[in-house]
Amino acid sequence: MSDQNMNATLSYAQTINAMQQRPVTESGIVGASPLAHVDFAQLATAQSGQSSTVELTELALRTHIVLRGSLNNVAFVEGVKAVLGIELPGALKMHSAGAVSIRWISPDEWLVVAPGARSNEIEQGLIDAVDGHCAVVNVSGGQTILRLSGSDAHKVLQKSVPLDVHSRSFPIGKVVTSVFAKTQAVISRNAENQWELVIRRSFSDYVWLWLQDCCAEFDLVIKQDE
Amino acid sequence: MNQPNRLDQGGRLERATAISFEFNGKKYPGFVGDTLASALLANGIDVIGRSFKYSRPRGIVAAGAEEPNAIMQLGATEATQVPNVRATQQELYNGLVAKSTNGWPNVDFDMMSTLGKVGAKVMPPGFYYKTFMYPKSLWSTYEKFIRKAAGLGRSPLESDPDRYDHYHQHADIVIVGAGPAGLSAALVAARSGARVIIADEQAEFGGSLLHSQEQIEGIDALEWLANTVAELASFPEVQMLPRSTVNGYHDHNFLTIHQRCSDHVADRAAKNSSRQRMHRVRAKWVILATGSHERPLVYANNDVPGNMLASAVSTYINRYAVIPGHQLVLMTTNDGAYNTAFDWHNAGRKVVAIVDTRAEGAAAAVVAKAALLGIKVMVGTAVVEAQGSKRVKSVSVAGLNSAGDKLVGEVSTLVCDTLASSGGWSPAIHLSCHTGARPVWSDEVIGFIPGDTLQQQLTAGSINGCFDLQNTLIQGTEAGQQAVKNAGFSLEGEVVAPTAAAVVINTGMALYHIPHPKVTSRAPKQFVDLQNDVTAAGIEMATLEGFESIEHVKRYTAMGFGTDQGKLGNINGMAIAAKSMHKTIPETGTTIFRPNYTPVTFGAIAGRHCGELFDPKRYTAMHQWHLERGALFEDVGNWKRPWYFPLKGESMQQTLERECLAVRASAGILDASTLGKIDIQGPDAREFLGRVYTNAWAKLAIGKCRYGLMCGEDGMVFDDGVTACMADNHFVMTTTTGGAARVLEWLEIYHQTEWPELQVYFNSVTDHWSTVTVTGPNARKIIEQVVDDIDVSNDAFKYMDWKAATVKGVPARIFRISFTGELSFEINVQANYGMRIWEAVMAAGEEYNLTPYGTESMHILRTEKGFIIAGQDTDGSVHPYDLGMGWAVSQKKPFSFIGKRGMNREDCVKEGRKQLVGLKTKDPMQVIPEGAQAVDDPNQPIPMTMLGHVTSSYYSACLGHSIAMAFIRDGHKRMGDTVYYPLADGQSIEAIICSPIFFDPKGEQQNV
Amino acid sequence: MFYIYCPHCEEHREEEEFHAVGQAHIPRPLDPESCSDKQWGEFLFFRDNPRGLHHELWVHAIGCRKFFNITRDTQTYEIKEVYKIGEKPTFTADVAVNAVESTT
Repeated sequence: MSDQNMNATLSYAQTINAMQQRPVTESGIVGASPLAHVDFAQLATAQSGQSSTVELTELALRTHIVLRGSLNNVAFVEGVKAVLGIELPGALKMHSAGAVSIRWISPDEWLVVAPGARSNEIEQGLIDAVDGHCAVVNVSGGQTILRLSGSDAHKVLQKSVPLDVHSRSFPIGKVVTSVFAKTQAVISRNAENQWELVIRRSFSDYVWLWLQDCCAEFDLVIKQDE
Repeated sequence: MNQPNRLDQGGRLERATAISFEFNGKKYPGFVGDTLASALLANGIDVIGRSFKYSRPRGIVAAGAEEPNAIMQLGATEATQVPNVRATQQELYNGLVAKSTNGWPNVDFDMMSTLGKVGAKVMPPGFYYKTFMYPKSLWSTYEKFIRKAAGLGRSPLESDPDRYDHYHQHADIVIVGAGPAGLSAALVAARSGARVIIADEQAEFGGSLLHSQEQIEGIDALEWLANTVAELASFPEVQMLPRSTVNGYHDHNFLTIHQRCSDHVADRAAKNSSRQRMHRVRAKWVILATGSHERPLVYANNDVPGNMLASAVSTYINRYAVIPGHQLVLMTTNDGAYNTAFDWHNAGRKVVAIVDTRAEGAAAAVVAKAALLGIKVMVGTAVVEAQGSKRVKSVSVAGLNSAGDKLVGEVSTLVCDTLASSGGWSPAIHLSCHTGARPVWSDEVIGFIPGDTLQQQLTAGSINGCFDLQNTLIQGTEAGQQAVKNAGFSLEGEVVAPTAAAVVINTGMALYHIPHPKVTSRAPKQFVDLQNDVTAAGIEMATLEGFESIEHVKRYTAMGFGTDQGKLGNINGMAIAAKSMHKTIPETGTTIFRPNYTPVTFGAIAGRHCGELFDPKRYTAMHQWHLERGALFEDVGNWKRPWYFPLKGESMQQTLERECLAVRASAGILDASTLGKIDIQGPDAREFLGRVYTNAWAKLAIGKCRYGLMCGEDGMVFDDGVTACMADNHFVMTTTTGGAARVLEWLEIYHQTEWPELQVYFNSVTDHWSTVTVTGPNARKIIEQVVDDIDVSNDAFKYMDWKAATVKGVPARIFRISFTGELSFEINVQANYGMRIWEAVMAAGEEYNLTPYGTESMHILRTEKGFIIAGQDTDGSVHPYDLGMGWAVSQKKPFSFIGKRGMNREDCVKEGRKQLVGLKTKDPMQVIPEGAQAVDDPNQPIPMTMLGHVTSSYYSACLGHSIAMAFIRDGHKRMGDTVYYPLADGQSIEAIICSPIFFDPKGEQQNV
Repeated sequence: MFYIYCPHCEEHREEEEFHAVGQAHIPRPLDPESCSDKQWGEFLFFRDNPRGLHHELWVHAIGCRKFFNITRDTQTYEIKEVYKIGEKPTFTADVAVNAVESTT
């Protein structure tokens, strides 16, 4: 195809439309997480000092970027590594470095999560660094992250997902996309008693209602997003 | 209070805590540790209900899941009503309230009992099929009477206040049943470190050991049991689930376990805890140690209260310290049941006789024990009939030949009030059947045992027909070892099965139905299935009427159809059917048990997927604003979209008129965030679009948008939307709100299975973008105020362009596309800023009466323009030409796009297809109901020739008349014709066929 | 409730995560325009309904979103194998028939 031949001379960044998606910092505009109406900050303040066997934190307004590409595409693999300092993880694995992580989603898909303030920098960095057939897609507005921790957190998951969450089959560093109640989530185990759920914006109120009901027996405590 | 049948000592009761319960409105005492059944027996309650069909008095027969009669309605309040609870499985708690399920108006005096007394002729088997089929008009009369009289329990009228939940589990080894076989298997499995779940339906683990007098490892069985339970509890990977019935054994070793968490504590669960829990378990290996059910014998009047299973009598005596009568006659075909007579004797009441149907009787040691206790044993004898109505008063016995099919000698009478019978034991093969395994008859076991299965499943104990303790323990241990190995675990050292004393017994007799001096059809009723009132005569009649398949006999007689699934009666029924047809039981075959093993509450099935959590509700970023403005919502897929925004005092019609007029006169604002959005990138993105859309994409320039129709391979439209070219290799596609997931899967399936060589990636960005649509002649004036950095004039920003812009400081993409026919701008921002931008636009629009509108006005506005909604104006049977949208099809594209071949099929291009047209009603105020069918002549006889249906129909305030879109056969050629829409009320609406574009046919408004 | 091995995620997952799409190995004709109505009708509408081995297309819908094939016994619901798009099944009805014959 002639188009393709012509495109071959262009870099990835030249063939797609990238846009800064966050307002420039000076404007002072702050976004609203899909669970803004819950006001987790206020709940956490009210419960400060309390602890429970199930604790919940919303990791709100993070940068979420989907990466698509082939592991055979060296320019893609190396480009990601150069920008994030992290190798693309293999099947069902999650790699992290500081506040930046990469979750495996499928053989040609990964999810990058990073601090919200670095959104423009990381997205543009990735777009500029990768090449060949690949895609960098900002989905920050479309999802949020809930962190469940505590010694009963796995029980909440057992009420909600059909996965085997026992350490023998779900060790720390594993990530799985699965059914969560009647929606879905990208579920990772970050520590022995700490799990993260990446959920879709439009379903997040449903997930919150579900978690409250599931956690009724555990006296759920909300923790502040650091 | 006095409990006349309660023994002073023994039983596994907390005697220190006296509690009380209510049965049929009267209060009775009991103990913690009782079941409702044991407490009723302790209080001397003989009649606990009336039978289903004949309304005969019925008493408690069994002590477990197999109980057919003691089916209760439980619950102290309306909201906590639970129907069909087996009293034998319901633990007693203080304040428990139970009612008989059957027995209207009450158990002691029953209107329907006249039926029973008049005789079987009133309701013979097949009665429902034969009698109530005709006349059909009377069915509603019959139904009311029968349902009330049948009394199958009732649902609560108030909503259940309790929580129920589901719990997903994965295990290496699941053991079903915690009797001697299950426990010995669990011990081995636990020691290997495997993840083990052992579930038992009873409150306490132990199964038959709970009323056993035997020894294991040289200590009392109960002590061994306590030690074993304690050891199992010490393993971190062992989960013990009492009060948990494995109700279903499904494909690929998936089990559903119904755990009753608080049914034994109170009428309601404690705050914040679950009343019941459904465990959904995926097991690597399963050991079925489900035991067996004792089989009663079939004889005349075997349903009169006082007729019980032998083992149940022992259970009541040993476990609950209840002796359910004064004088016992025990009829048995085997040695094991002799223990019941011994237990009865040791409890201090009289054993009238042991009636052993075998000519040779029991083993010497057993006979000697009876002799020692002074119990009379009659061999080669059977009870042919019980007498009494509300309690057994006496029984008739006669000699029985060794084949068990003829009586010999005289009939004599024994006075007694309790007749316990044992016809041997039927292995509880129910779960095995769930896997699709065909049960296998064993003459040695005198029962069906589990057949071959493809599941990773082992069996141990009396489910295999192994009825002695030592061999049961060995089988359990071996099954445990095998499961450990199969699941990939290992054991250190030698594994030795627990030891028990060897017992010498004589073989049992294969006997099911005791002959009566009269022929079966003339003898008093001999019940096979007590719950459904199926008699031996009924089964014989079924075979006489030509029902030869056991499955047909079952359906004809309703044998095994009750909530007990025929746990007691099925084998006897099959034996009687076999004998009647001069066949063997294996030749006759068996019916197959299906899930669930015992009834499961709807609560446990639903889990927490009810109320607010029944179905997820999806919200946009602006939902809170819509709520505060009093919007009413429409469900579109799972989305909650604003339907319309009524002002105080406005009717719906007034609201719609106000909203629509505002859009056409000045400006309206719509939350369009729910539309599906797919980011498409890659060198072949454009080629791909050309293949999946019907129109051309080769020349769409960067910065431009285009509308496209998507068809199936059959050529029929299934979705539509606008796709924008972002860059050479980059497009953003929009889909209908409901079609988003389907379209994405559609693109993926073609990419992954048909055209993997095309380089393209699809990513859903539906949730990522919020879309604020501003539409109306003043839209630009509003947009100008919020856009910081670009020229939005008609010259700089043309119709069907998109531009990157900053809106009140927030980066945005603005699309100039229109679904109202008015000048429109759709602002897309990352959803985290959606609400902020919506509010900014609202503020800017204040001076222009910017009016929020919902989906209903959106529909009116788009119908005025003749714009279709895929899924409303299409139904999977219309192609683009039917819709008059041939302009959106490019037949010249080099690649045969999806739908092209399909829409060119002979049937798709012929005359006479239904085509989409507009309609104007003769009476401008009359709105045709959607779905109404057009006819040419409303006075033609029924059935009329129908021309097509109305797909969209509204009153247009802007136009001052009603408008509709509709399919009409050959409609495109019939402009100006009149058609009629006959309505259900006999009237018909007259309408004239016209173009579906009612408003601004030249499209000038959107181009300004 | 099936327990299905996803060849892309490389582990077993519950059936809830998957959608069954239909019979596998029904390629879209390379030149639809040269197909007769009858041939196109066969492609569109006609599917096998065997008692025994069946090759099916599934998608790990709530998971990796990848399509793959399953060879399944429609009588026992046993999943004989899973294989990626483009790969060939090793269990086919012919093989199964031969196996049965050799044991009888």
